[in-house]
Amino acid sequence: MTTDVYKTDELIAKDIDAYLDKHQHKTMLRFLTCGSVDDGKSTLIGRLLYDSKMIFEDQLASLEADSKRVGTQGQEIDFALLVDGLSAEREQGITIDVAYRFFATDARKFIVADTPGHEQYTRNMVTGASTADLAVILIDARKGVLTQTRRHSYLSHLVGIRNLVLAVNKMDLVGYDQERFEGIVADYRAFAEQIGIGAFQAIPLSGLKGDNITEKSDVTPWYQGPTLLAYLETVELDQSRMIDRPFRMAVQWVNRPNLDFRGFSGQIASGRIKPGDPVRILPGSTASVVQRIVTMDGDLPEAQAGQSVTLTLADEIDCSRGQVIAAAEQPPDVADQFEATIVWMADEPMIPGRAYVMKLGSTQATVTVTSEKYCINVNTMAREPGKTLGLNGIAVCNIATNKAIAFEPYANSADLGGFILIDRLTNATVGAGMINFALRRSHNLPWQTIDVDREAHAAIKNQQPRLLWFTGLSGSGKTTIANLVEKKLHALGRHTFLLDGDNVRHGLNKDLGFTDADRVENIRRISEVARLMTDAGLIVLSAFISPFRGERQMIRQLFPAGEFIEVFVDAPLEVAESRDTKGLYEQARRGELKNFTGLDSAYEPPQAPEIRIDTTSLSAEEAAELIVNALT
Amino acid sequence: MTTLTHLQRLESEGIHIMREVASEAERPVMLYSVGKDSAVMLHLAKKAFYPSPPPFPLLHVDTTWKFQDMYRLREKAARDAGMELIVHQNPEAIERGINPFDHGSLHTDIWKTEGLKQALDRHGFDAAFGGARRDEEKSRAKERIFSFRSSNHRWDPKNQRPELWRLYNARKANGESMRVFPLSNWTELDIWQYIHLEQIEIVPLYLSAPRPTVLRDGLILMVDDDRFRLREGEEISTRSIRFRTLGCYPLTGAVESEAKTLTAVIQEMLLTTTSERQGRAIDHDQTASMEKKKQEGYF
Repeated sequence: MTTDVYKTDELIAKDIDAYLDKHQHKTMLRFLTCGSVDDGKSTLIGRLLYDSKMIFEDQLASLEADSKRVGTQGQEIDFALLVDGLSAEREQGITIDVAYRFFATDARKFIVADTPGHEQYTRNMVTGASTADLAVILIDARKGVLTQTRRHSYLSHLVGIRNLVLAVNKMDLVGYDQERFEGIVADYRAFAEQIGIGAFQAIPLSGLKGDNITEKSDVTPWYQGPTLLAYLETVELDQSRMIDRPFRMAVQWVNRPNLDFRGFSGQIASGRIKPGDPVRILPGSTASVVQRIVTMDGDLPEAQAGQSVTLTLADEIDCSRGQVIAAAEQPPDVADQFEATIVWMADEPMIPGRAYVMKLGSTQATVTVTSEKYCINVNTMAREPGKTLGLNGIAVCNIATNKAIAFEPYANSADLGGFILIDRLTNATVGAGMINFALRRSHNLPWQTIDVDREAHAAIKNQQPRLLWFTGLSGSGKTTIANLVEKKLHALGRHTFLLDGDNVRHGLNKDLGFTDADRVENIRRISEVARLMTDAGLIVLSAFISPFRGERQMIRQLFPAGEFIEVFVDAPLEVAESRDTKGLYEQARRGELKNFTGLDSAYEPPQAPEIRIDTTSLSAEEAAELIVNALT
Repeated sequence: MTTLTHLQRLESEGIHIMREVASEAERPVMLYSVGKDSAVMLHLAKKAFYPSPPPFPLLHVDTTWKFQDMYRLREKAARDAGMELIVHQNPEAIERGINPFDHGSLHTDIWKTEGLKQALDRHGFDAAFGGARRDEEKSRAKERIFSFRSSNHRWDPKNQRPELWRLYNARKANGESMRVFPLSNWTELDIWQYIHLEQIEIVPLYLSAPRPTVLRDGLILMVDDDRFRLREGEEISTRSIRFRTLGCYPLTGAVESEAKTLTAVIQEMLLTTTSERQGRAIDHDQTASMEKKKQEGYF
């Protein structure tokens, strides 16, 4: 084995300017390596760093010392030690995370996302894969195509990686046997075709011995293809594919240094643009023409996918963060319901009906999963039914956003079709998703036009339909006040209905329990029923703790402006607990009731309720009076 | 048009990151250490928001022990960018007279780590740009571009937010903050190459010149002012030196070099056979020291 360290290009010493000029025109390839430690992944990456002369003398010295001390290769260098973290680090559990490594050759700069291979690290692999142009899938030549090979291939394919390298490693341990190699490739091809992977490059190699890594090995004369590095250096980049698509740029920031300049800054997601090109701003219906492409280095005659630019438009039109500037002739679709594939990344499961924050491009929206169509078993690719989605789970779902967004199917654009889901309470990133297509409500379930409409129903009752939504802690007095309000309204000749939580659970919702998923579904059904009742012209009163702002917001969005009246029955926890009419606080304090709002589960008070009742200063009677007066 | 070069891709990515922060954070700030990485970061900020000036101030967490050349460039760079410059010196460190000669690693802890936290808290900054790169050190290799910090500035490596595509989750509760690293994917060579290409002004200490030096503990130290305490037997002698990284002058080792131009520096760097952080005393303190410092709130 050679032990030459960081060896430099002759040009550096001879003509540094020429060298720099060459280096400056290098392209960049981001790739992902997947495979478990046993497949020799660390050894392979270590070998790439080493063979591309990225290891410095001091690093090599400590590597040699470490190899002798803790290495697995006797007196020889253990390349795995170059990339495996310190043992302390491993104990801390961050080696299961994605690690990024860097190396460069004369042709390209490379960023390697080194991801763990086990099933419980699916989310890490998806994270690493999301920014990769290519995936290197390692196979141990002794073991052939395994469940994990299929999982890695499926996940790579799922996030849209088009270039796959099947690195059949440890060929030295099977005697560089051609038949073995070809058998594995045939197995893999059968599987790849099944999940829609068109092409891949298979390479027989040995990370340990360095065969077919940077130099063609003379022990595999039967292999005519490129070495791993040669392939990485020459494979076509995905970037060029995006340049040929129609122009789209999500507006990140509106640039307004003074009244005379208004520019729209963003990174071009696809296509190219030049001054004079007609564009549309989406969502919305405004159109304009690109005037200038402004950069600090001067205006550009043209810009393309991947560049961060600032555009000015010929017309003074409204355009802000979250909107997309697109080619006028081929604009993207705008929708608020989608089918998407979701990868879940949090310990707490995803629950259909619960509201999450979605970030897509520069847009943020509130999103709920309306139905989970099926989960995908990442080991067998089988479709399985599911109600929720746990950590590392993958499911195809229908989702609905609270506003229309401009998007592209993920297959066309990761920038406008990939999104993350954020928990509203903890602000953690809990999931990632890829839009498959928009659901057009009208295509799936046509709405019946009804001649006697909601206005007619309300008019005959001579009233404005309303939903009075009482929210507050358990024991705050919601139900008591709601009852009094209904009596008073009834006495005034109003048509009302009190939707009582317990009663609903005896009938409509008797199939629901008290899991998080069921609670969300409970509220969803109640709000839908309330909507039907307001369509019928009624004033509906409902009293539920409904602790989450996002859920109440979701209900509000079901109703025309002004129809949803949020009544915040505000009682401090001590006061509510001291009343404890149902003895629930006592049970919860004893630990017999879990997730009790106010104790071990948060209550998010309304920030701007239509009506706030301070129960420390108002009696129930006074509160009811106040509400009735506010309505009439 | 052709495929973007690696530097164009990195530049574009850095600009995208900065614009996300400017849009989503309430009170961002750019940590400015006056080093070469800071210089590149500042340059990207100017590009990201042109023709507007960058919509955030620069913050220099000063230890009073930086090189004089650094103080000079600091003022000029802020002025040229049209940005407010906030200089923070930890009052406790001033009072206790903390210095690199008597206090060893305490010097860094109190001036830099504590000073940084103080400055962020005092001004209520909720997002701070830092010039760290993933290729610098093992624990950096796993850090996110948007690195979430608790209300007491702690980094929890086990509980980092997944970061997919170009989507950065900048949401946080009051008191929590983000450290943002727009140069995460740059290597040392990329930084130099970019400085060369864009003709970015850097501290002259990166270029070789005859300077007053002392040999100590295997490091070549520069005697930058009269506060430098000579040990017995030490003599000041003039050497032709330059620096690969810049920090507090009594803690930063120089390399002997004849590289007087930027290209010559790059040439030397490419021909050298040792890694970058060797000249920095902080990393040799203890194993995995960087990771520990980061958890405590150091950049």
